[in-house]
Amino acid sequence: MTGLRYVYAVCRPFGAPLQTALKGVAGDPPRLLSHHGLIAVVSHVPEGDFAEAPLHRHLEDLDWLTETARAHQQVIDALTAVTTPLPLRLATVFRDDSGVRVMMEEREADFLRTLDRLEGRVEWGVKVYVEREPDAPAETAKPASGRDYLRQRRLQSRAHEDSWQRAERFAGRLHASLSAHADGARLHAPQNSALSKAPGQNVLNAAYLVPRAESEEFVELVDRTKGEEPGMRVELTGPWAAYSFVDDPAESSSAASAASAEETRESSSAPAGADAGEGGS
Amino acid sequence: MSMSSRMPEPYGQGGGANLADILERVLDKGIVIAGDIRINLLDIELLTIKLRLIVASVDKAKEMGIDWWETDPALSSGARRDELARENAELRERLARLEELELGRAPEDVRESKSRDVRKESP
Repeated sequence: MTGLRYVYAVCRPFGAPLQTALKGVAGDPPRLLSHHGLIAVVSHVPEGDFAEAPLHRHLEDLDWLTETARAHQQVIDALTAVTTPLPLRLATVFRDDSGVRVMMEEREADFLRTLDRLEGRVEWGVKVYVEREPDAPAETAKPASGRDYLRQRRLQSRAHEDSWQRAERFAGRLHASLSAHADGARLHAPQNSALSKAPGQNVLNAAYLVPRAESEEFVELVDRTKGEEPGMRVELTGPWAAYSFVDDPAESSSAASAASAEETRESSSAPAGADAGEGGS
Repeated sequence: MSMSSRMPEPYGQGGGANLADILERVLDKGIVIAGDIRINLLDIELLTIKLRLIVASVDKAKEMGIDWWETDPALSSGARRDELARENAELRERLARLEELELGRAPEDVRESKSRDVRKESP
């Protein structure tokens, strides 16, 4: 077989078949490569696109990246419907099947431990947006003078600060209550609205690890908060594979430093998100 | 399949999935394994940082109707326009501050000196 091996995820063997129409990142349907008690989900990809030099170029091309990320995510989604996959980061590529097996052999203990921890759980994404203030159109009134202009600016920034503080409190409360109903929680950096195309300013971007069996309840909990606070929009996405929870600091370091390691990781991986969440808690 | 039937319907995923939701997960989360193809992970991280940096200038970009990659000076002239707009806004603000200062103390002097000049020239 020619081509390289693109690995999407590692999981335990599962009985159910994957969707038949499922296409991988380069149009090649994902295959299951088993090794000991684990399965790697793999596609064959052309060297012309996935060898080092072309891959470097492609990763800076947003169209290519978008297409590849969506294809990657579709495979992970299909897996999430039938099992608990450990999603690998985009563009994890090996020369051949034996390279994949060597990797699985080396990481076997890690994979099994993480699979045990995440078994039967999915990730739900919750975002809070501050909607544009209703008095925004007034801003467009032309200032009559420099003094007027400054006065307008001051009023605007005061209104902005108020809604910002309200948003922080609301996001903090929501995060605390959702965390209490989840097995894990992570704060991510607020999203860029130009990229997400979502209106308003994103102030909370969090992920929650929730057992499948309790997902319905969790979703209802989130739904009830929608419309609770005027000017705030709550958005739910999922169920995702547990992307945000594959690293467990408690497992990778000694138990003694686990708590502080978690703090560090959370704040360093999502500085802005951490601000939004902690401000109100 | 029985597993998925117990699950609530997917929210905001599938074709309508928000690109930022997907990118932040597949690029930034998930297990990191060094494959045989050594993509310098820094490349992906650089890209992610770029995505994040743009968070700061979103409003401006939206106002101008440009997409995020256009704010990268290496990629387009859009970024240079953005730079100009920012500089413009800063200058306007400085000008307004100066105007306010002037309104506070200078106008009398200005008018006086002008009228003095006029008087001198008129005879």
